Amino acid sequence: MLPVLALEGVDKSFGAVAALRDARLELHAGEAHALVGENGAGKSTLVKILAGVHGPDAGRLLLDGQPVAFGSPADARAAGIAVIYQEPTLFPDLSVAENIFMGRQPLKGLRRIDASAMRERTNELFGRLGVQIDPDRPARGLSIADQQLVEIAKALSFDARVLVMDEPTAALSGVEVERLFAVARALRDDGAAILFISHRFDEVFALCQRVTVMRDGRWIATDEIGNLTVDGVVRTMVGRDISALFPKLETEPGEVRLTVDGLTRHGYFDDVSFTVRGGEIVALAGLVGAGRSEVARAIFGIDRYDAGQVHVDGRRLRPGDPPAAIAAGLALVPEDRRQQGLVMELSIERNATLPRRWALSRLGLLFGGSERRSAADWAKRLQVKAARNTDPVSTLSGGNQQKVVLAKWLSTEPRVLMIDEPTRGIDVGTKSEVHRLLSQLASEGVAVLMVSSELPEVLGMADRVLVMHEGRLVADIPRDQADEESVMFAATGQREAAA
Amino acid sequence: MATDTLVDPARTAEAAPPAWRRLLGSWDAILILALLVVVLVASATIEGVGSPRFYRFLVLEAIPIALIALPMTLVIITGEIDLSVASTVGLTCSVLGQLWYLGVTSLPVLIVLSLLLGAMLGAVNGVFITVFGLPSLAVTIGTLALYRGLAYVVLGDRAIADYPQAWTQNAVAPIPGTVIPWFVLVLAALAVVFGVLLYATPIGRSLYAIGNNADASTFAGVSVLRTKFWLFVATGAMAALAGVFWTFRFASARADNATGLELAVVAAVLLGGVSIFGGRGGLVGVLAAVALLGVLRNSLQLADVPANALTIVTGTLLILSVVGPNVVRMTRDRLRRRRPLTTALERTSS
Ligand SMILES: Nc1ncnc2c1ncn2[C@@H]1O[C@H](COP(=O)(O)OP(=O)(O)OP(=O)(O)O)[C@@H](O)[C@H]1O
Ligand SMILES: [Mg+2]
Repeated sequence: MLPVLALEGVDKSFGAVAALRDARLELHAGEAHALVGENGAGKSTLVKILAGVHGPDAGRLLLDGQPVAFGSPADARAAGIAVIYQEPTLFPDLSVAENIFMGRQPLKGLRRIDASAMRERTNELFGRLGVQIDPDRPARGLSIADQQLVEIAKALSFDARVLVMDEPTAALSGVEVERLFAVARALRDDGAAILFISHRFDEVFALCQRVTVMRDGRWIATDEIGNLTVDGVVRTMVGRDISALFPKLETEPGEVRLTVDGLTRHGYFDDVSFTVRGGEIVALAGLVGAGRSEVARAIFGIDRYDAGQVHVDGRRLRPGDPPAAIAAGLALVPEDRRQQGLVMELSIERNATLPRRWALSRLGLLFGGSERRSAADWAKRLQVKAARNTDPVSTLSGGNQQKVVLAKWLSTEPRVLMIDEPTRGIDVGTKSEVHRLLSQLASEGVAVLMVSSELPEVLGMADRVLVMHEGRLVADIPRDQADEESVMFAATGQREAAA
Repeated sequence: MATDTLVDPARTAEAAPPAWRRLLGSWDAILILALLVVVLVASATIEGVGSPRFYRFLVLEAIPIALIALPMTLVIITGEIDLSVASTVGLTCSVLGQLWYLGVTSLPVLIVLSLLLGAMLGAVNGVFITVFGLPSLAVTIGTLALYRGLAYVVLGDRAIADYPQAWTQNAVAPIPGTVIPWFVLVLAALAVVFGVLLYATPIGRSLYAIGNNADASTFAGVSVLRTKFWLFVATGAMAALAGVFWTFRFASARADNATGLELAVVAAVLLGGVSIFGGRGGLVGVLAAVALLGVLRNSLQLADVPANALTIVTGTLLILSVVGPNVVRMTRDRLRRRRPLTTALERTSS
């Protein structure tokens, strides 16, 4: 059968960096196709070529067997290709509905935009995805997961023949992923071709019929899912054997490091109280929108809170003062790396050392390469794949950007580490490395509070699982009782009803 | 960890371009080159350009612009702007003149009071912008009018001009053995201070971070608002220093002193390569731009080019400096994109 869309021998370089070398791909109607590979393997670059964002340096793009050249994303869209990019790109000051129908708003008489029709169609799309976002609210301030859901709704609204999804699930929890998959399966059964990128193999195996593996910009293998195992795929992807197990070290919890008492921010979370001891990894689980990130942000002082107190090592933390929080030994790895985690235009080096700019200075001066050395050290520890540490972080692949955010905060040697989706978009090899690092930090006495939507990560890493539901803390489950069922039960609010 | 998949020989082999190459291609280098060319050409073709007198007036005229351009560069790097600086100069001149008129005869006292006044005027801008969260463009357009109005309230149409001769002569006295005014040394010292602040301190690092992404800066523990507030205070103080110099250089305090100077300052900063959107640029380019604009203006004046034409030249340069880099980038992208392997014909047929 003729593939709907195919890439043949595609090369793409950015300056001296060869992102794609002889990349290949064939997408068939009625089939979901997974694209896997390590961070920086070239997956997103390939997506951008399909989407008409980049033109290939060499090679061909075939649509229904005919060579095509997309001069712009509009050309690709006209050819029936809808794309969800790895990083949401919403217009912050437009409403959610306007973002979805950007450039093709439904019109009524006199070419006026039909706002109510737009709202209705947005609600219908959200209904299919089970999303509860007000279509009229501005995109600014949406959590990264909600932004991702809006992007998904936007892509669905095209009724495309080819749906390309670059890590759409990285910020979503199980329930949202299931809904997305249900929609994707329905589209597939209607004859759409789907390209799905993810670092979560359970998802790949749940959705896809065929898998293509890439390494260092090259096509390595394509095979049917029935012939494959997770271990086999990982081996092909990395080129060696690695254990994807979380190397959790057992540690005795020490003194209480972080105490959160009755923390309330009206409309976001209510009366949240918990403690984290040194040596402990506490996971904060829940559905998207449960208020987990908001709690972490309030503790760190980004957002103000209406009631409650935060103590670090017994000392009360001033609300709304991140520099004071950092001085007290707190670190927050935020959820949205592009808006909050990194200054995209600045170099890897500058980003990685920004929170420590005073610590690295001597007499208030930054001379003699102390930043360069520190950044190089951490970039190496976290295996950041970059040509030079003086390159802007915007040129890195998504997973490598995440590593820079981690480097930035781990290098502050925090006593309390709050980490929001620590491995969002990070590949298997590095993921277990990040887990090892977290585990090791905990064994050195750091208190770790981990917000994560990835259940295996929660269950594998956490000594205790706190579950939030609609802004309230509804469960505190010790490691030996935490399993998929108990966490999901609480996260969907059923625990509270039962109690 | 196995390194085979992590280290790509094609990439590590490529070292950073040498420093001199990076420098040559930079906007700073282009400006300095343009400055040299303009000086050489003008000296050869225009009577009087290149004479000691020419340089002396050039420097005297450039000093107030450069003094204010130093903090303005930092302000614009953080994505803000201060258009009230010329009015701050005017109000400082007026208060200084009035104080002298009322019998304050100690020069140090007059200078300190002037600087304090400038800092205060800057702080007022800062409070509106950081505490009330208003856009700096709107706030400083407001205080541009307000401070100038206050200057008229203080002095009216009077001019205070009867300062001791020693003060007015000393203000413009040359460095012994040269024709260059000694005050340029004050400027140089301050340029070094601001340069170190911008390029080699934690504060300088945070300025670029703020200008590019204030949110991410907050998450990294940068006090965005506090930093901006103090930048406006510094700008006010530097404008006041320019006001003191202005008063004694012209031996005249009037309410309309330095009217329109803010445009000369902002023009120099933007031509100097600082992005009006913040986050990009530096002091080297700005100082080169101050000099370049000064040489152009003075040379064309000597060539009897009418004042209108001068404004046109400055304006054109400014537009080129803002548009130029974007046009270069856009055409580069266009060319890169234009290489796909199929023709437009094949595209429409599919
Ligand atoms: N605009 C750019 N400029 C320079 N280099 C780039 C640019 N975009 C991508 N690259 C480089 O191309 C390579 C492939 O990046 P890409 O984003 O395609 O990786 P990826 O497979 O999507 O990784 P991840 O799983 O981390 O998202 C990386 O080494 C990256 O640094
Ligand atoms: Mg990617």
